[in-house]
Amino acid sequence: MIRASSVLMNRKIGMKRRVIVITAVLTMTGLSPAWAQHAMPGMNHDTMSGMSMKPDMGHESMPPPIRDPHAYSDGYDFGPIPRPRFADEHKFASLLVDRLEGVRTSDNTAMAYDLQAWYGRDYDRVVLKAEGDVDGGKLQEARSELLWGRAITTYWDTQLGVRYDSGVDPGRSWLAFGVQGLAPYWFEVEAVGYMSDTGHSALRLDVTYDLLFTQRLILQPRLGANFYGKRDAARSLGSGLSDLAAGIRLRYEIRREFAPYIGVAWAGKYGGTADYARSAGLDVRKTQVVAGVRFWF
Amino acid sequence: MWRMHQSSIVLPNLPRRRFVQGLAAGSILLGLTPYLRPAWAQETAPGAVTGTVAILTGKEFELTIAETPVNFTAVPRMATTVNGSIPAPTLRWREGDTVTIRVTNRMSTSTSIHWHGIILPYQMDGVPGVSFPGIAPGETFTYRFKVRQAGTYWYHSHSGFQEQTGLYGSIIIDPAGGETIRADRDYVVQLSDWTDEDPMTVFAKLKKNSDYYNFIRPTVGDFFRDVSTEGLSSALAKRSMWNRMRMNPTDLADISGYTYTYLMNGATPLGNWTGLFRAGERVRLRFISSGTQSFFDVRIPGLKMTVVQTDGQNVEPVTVDEFRCGPGETYDVLVEPRDEAYTIFAQSMDRSGYARGTLAARAGLTAPVPELDKPQWLTMSDMMGAMNHDGQAMSGGMSMTAAPARHAKTEYGPGVDMRVDYPRTNLDDPGVGLRDNGRRVLTYADLHTPGGPLDPRGPEREIELHLTGNMERYTWSLDGLEFGKSTPVHFQPGERLRVILHNDTMMTHPMHMHGMWQELESPDGGFQVRKHTINVQPAQRVSFLVTADALGRWAWHCHLLYHMEAGMFREVVVA
Repeated sequence: MIRASSVLMNRKIGMKRRVIVITAVLTMTGLSPAWAQHAMPGMNHDTMSGMSMKPDMGHESMPPPIRDPHAYSDGYDFGPIPRPRFADEHKFASLLVDRLEGVRTSDNTAMAYDLQAWYGRDYDRVVLKAEGDVDGGKLQEARSELLWGRAITTYWDTQLGVRYDSGVDPGRSWLAFGVQGLAPYWFEVEAVGYMSDTGHSALRLDVTYDLLFTQRLILQPRLGANFYGKRDAARSLGSGLSDLAAGIRLRYEIRREFAPYIGVAWAGKYGGTADYARSAGLDVRKTQVVAGVRFWF
Repeated sequence: MWRMHQSSIVLPNLPRRRFVQGLAAGSILLGLTPYLRPAWAQETAPGAVTGTVAILTGKEFELTIAETPVNFTAVPRMATTVNGSIPAPTLRWREGDTVTIRVTNRMSTSTSIHWHGIILPYQMDGVPGVSFPGIAPGETFTYRFKVRQAGTYWYHSHSGFQEQTGLYGSIIIDPAGGETIRADRDYVVQLSDWTDEDPMTVFAKLKKNSDYYNFIRPTVGDFFRDVSTEGLSSALAKRSMWNRMRMNPTDLADISGYTYTYLMNGATPLGNWTGLFRAGERVRLRFISSGTQSFFDVRIPGLKMTVVQTDGQNVEPVTVDEFRCGPGETYDVLVEPRDEAYTIFAQSMDRSGYARGTLAARAGLTAPVPELDKPQWLTMSDMMGAMNHDGQAMSGGMSMTAAPARHAKTEYGPGVDMRVDYPRTNLDDPGVGLRDNGRRVLTYADLHTPGGPLDPRGPEREIELHLTGNMERYTWSLDGLEFGKSTPVHFQPGERLRVILHNDTMMTHPMHMHGMWQELESPDGGFQVRKHTINVQPAQRVSFLVTADALGRWAWHCHLLYHMEAGMFREVVVA
């Protein structure tokens, strides 16, 4: 973890506090391998940058010779004809609606959504994230984020931007900084820290995994958590771990882009947030059956 | 070995997963140009083939590129055609002639034709943005150059995805001194892949979900099967490294039979291109691998094939059961069929489908179509090169690499998912899917160009280029730099160079340098074979010598079209 945080600070991101928070939480969740590379004999993998390179196989005395890829040009540039433009210079766009589901409650069916869209090139993108619940035709709780995503390592992007919370509680605006990527063993991880206009801090974690029963029948466990730096009475949130959401969804990819699913979602409130809920006469634990579709294009 | 099936089509044993078999006859629907009519394949073998590729001969050629409706899968689609056909007409030249080819663009977008493997002035090479600006809509570009070589070659568009949508054809060049390879029949067998999807849509899907077309990913079921056959610890060990590395052992082809219909001379597997022979005749088959994103493993059950040429260059004859043909490569083989019918079977490297045709004594005969092989997983040597599980260098394949690899400093960024420190250098590995399959499979170690190298000089200088990419992001590059971030590679005119290609990915890349021959070296540094397209296997390092005798600007790229489009491309400047 020392390596992870030092790399981030070396990148002059300058959000030391949040980095430390993220680092700490990553450590808590046992995700450190995402940052550290596994030095495989004969192969380097997902090294953060050249500086963390270590010669393998005990060749400590012989640092790997590093080539300059532009040395072969001898100063020559492209000719007078405009050079080809390949897809590395094109922009692409994608929308993934990961969850669009009905949640059966005692008296009605609520809806939940969770989507992520991006537009841009391979290593720099505009990222839009939105998640929320609608119940009784009313937006209960919603989080929307607009971020600049930048690829920093093989499997990880940093994300920097803004978040706006809306719903029945008073709105909140946040600055956001975090990481999203693929951890070893194929865990999709999102870890984002936030600082609000009212001086609150928050951290959100989301981890999913795809377990292939067949090429099309896929079980997706999911774990999400929210942490807050201090109490926010206006929004009935306590400090520390506020809520956990775990789910397991079984989808069938009719096409890769379109998969209906069924699942079970479990949610719990903790600490001060649970106290607020109890005093308002709300459940602090609930288990619900969900059904929906996952689609992307 | 043969069976008679009058009009019924033999349905092959259904593969584990269905792939698009195609219509019995892939047809160009409309918009036939006058050029389509002449000279069917009759010139090679009177009344012979059901394939319908025109053969154009002489010194002057008129080619018209247009969008033409086509129907391979019962879904009408627009294709990019030359003179209204797929494949484009076969061009038959004579070594020593100066040929003039007028190419007219009847489309609304720019186009080009590149003469793959032909040694010519760079302005005639047909790469937009490198050799010339391209052929604008409505424009006619005149290619004119002296033919300085003989053998089997091909041509294709170098603009966008036009090669994927149909713009490819074969070139046969007769040697000035007469043909030295004796054969009674002579057929081009051009292998390709077709998708009904817009290729840019395919590419965008890969950017969003790089295993979109992979339907052989490891599953829970595979795991329990391995547990029951090999035991728990072996099943876990088999997966742990891949999973930790976030690499997929079944990443054999980016695009599969899920969308591809594999074609032989423009005919679908059900269309069954057929070449006729009389028993006892010696038949020359000129295999041209024009799949944009597909390696083909070719065999003819019941027949030995004698490989006599690759990439237009004669080789010392070598007899095999099977060979792998990478995009861009050509292999000429001789066969001597005696029975009534044989299946020419060309399965894709990921075993998701095949191109199929028939060699038959009479039209209408067919032979059984083999089942697709079971896909093999990539192995540790595909990931770690000349390194075994314990991190020790293995004795084989290490003769050239005593020192660790020299990676470019730009290989340590987000565009690279793997770096091989101790690559394997042996050429006698047929590659994943062909190892230990019980058949005699051709490898580069079997290929020897007679007469030695064109230039006897040793190398004055070395250039090393690493083949790189990130499968998860679907980025492909050289030395970690996509083309948009690269600078040209400069060769001194006349110099003799050693070029080292070092594959830091888990895919095989057919590397094609335009304008100059690549003389592949054996692991001990001897001359092996002259080629224009060299497959570099995962975690492999190969070297070739090149004489920079072709002034100008040239393309050098991976011939997997989607890798090239992703930026796995360099410009070479000889100046």
